[in-house]
This record gives sequence, C-alpha cells and structure tokens, in this order.
Amino acid sequence: MIFDIIIYVFLGIGVFFNVLAGVGLLRFPDVYTRLHAGTKCTTFGSIFIIGSVILIGLKSWWFSNDTNGSVLAIHSAFALIAILLTNPVGAHAIARAAHRSGVMPAMAVVDDLKDKPVKKSTKRKTGAKITSNEEGGEQ
Amino acid sequence: MIEIFNQYMIVLIALLLCVIMSIVRVIFGPTIPDRVVGIDTINTIVIVGMVIFGAAYQEVIYIDVAIVYALLSFISTLFIAKYLEGGDF
Repeated sequence: MIFDIIIYVFLGIGVFFNVLAGVGLLRFPDVYTRLHAGTKCTTFGSIFIIGSVILIGLKSWWFSNDTNGSVLAIHSAFALIAILLTNPVGAHAIARAAHRSGVMPAMAVVDDLKDKPVKKSTKRKTGAKITSNEEGGEQ
Repeated sequence: MIEIFNQYMIVLIALLLCVIMSIVRVIFGPTIPDRVVGIDTINTIVIVGMVIFGAAYQEVIYIDVAIVYALLSFISTLFIAKYLEGGDF
C-alpha cells in the first residue's frame, strides 16, 4: 500500500532529524549554534512526524470509515500549528536573552550590538528619551 | 492494536534517546542559556512523543494534552528568557 510507504518514510525522516538535534546539542561549541540544532531540527522533524500521524488518521478515515481517524488528523494538525507558531518565537527570545545577559559566541572578537541601547521599556520608565533607540539604529 | 504498538515503540525509543542527550546538555551546560535551550528541545520532543502515543493507541485525548503542553511550555520559555534579560517586566 502506497499510504504505508509514505507514512514510514515520513516517520524515518522525522526521527532522523530529531536525533540530529540531540547530537547537535551535544557537539556544538556555544549557545547560538546549539540553538540552531535544538530548534530548527526539532521543528523540521516534528513537521514530518506529525504529518505521518495526520496521514494515519486520514487513511483510517478514508479506508475504514472511522470518524475517530478524522478527529485524530485534525487535532494533530492543530498540534503542528502550535509547534510551528511557538518554536521560532521561543528560540528568538532565548537568543536575545543570551546576548543581553552577556554570553558571546565562541571565537567571536567583534560585537556590533554592544553600543546599542537595549532596554527600551526601562528607559521609558526612568524618563530617558525614547528616540535615542532610533538614533542608535541609524548609525 | 498490537502491530501499531510495535511500530511506534521504535520511534518512541529514538525520541527517548534524543531526550537523554538533551538532559546531558541540561546537566553539564556551562551557562544558563544552554540549559534553557536543552529544556526547550525536551519540550518539543515530548509534544511529538505525545502525538505519536495518541496515534498508537487511537486516543485523541493525548493529542489535546499535547496542544495544551505546547502552549504552556512556550509561555514558560518566554518567561525564563524575560527573566534572563534582566530589567523589569
């Protein structure tokens, strides 16, 4: 059956990329490259694994008229949408927090973002000029 | 039911291996953002494992749990990142 072959291939690709994410977390030298491995690879692997689950639900709905299969497919699609929306945003927040808490990349010598004013909200609360942020951006 | 269980146990064991490698990074991470990256990776893999488990047993309630877990882990990751930045909320 062609459906089973597609399901197994998707499962294989997804598991391969998830294991690559684990190996990258162990082997990469600093925070930012580990963030590449730990976020992008798990997102890509999750797309394929949950895609195979969606195919399983559609197959069980289409060939054996099981309405449980359609519910399985639709809820898995919602879980996939949740992962796709939340994973890059979390990675960006972690990278920004790591840079602002002083973690530098390995073997880095120049930091172009060092002179920029960072905390816009605290500047607004302490009464400093908000426009200093845009001036720093234009330099 | 039985052959589906056997198919998905291989996938779940591979995901468990990946979780163990992430736990090693969480334990031995030199800085705090390393540990946060490890926790984030573990959260995503646990979501995928819950979806696979729901497909293996044909139970939709596991996948609902996975959706709620995804949103809650996203909020916790954002909160830890905001704490690491310093400053006030």
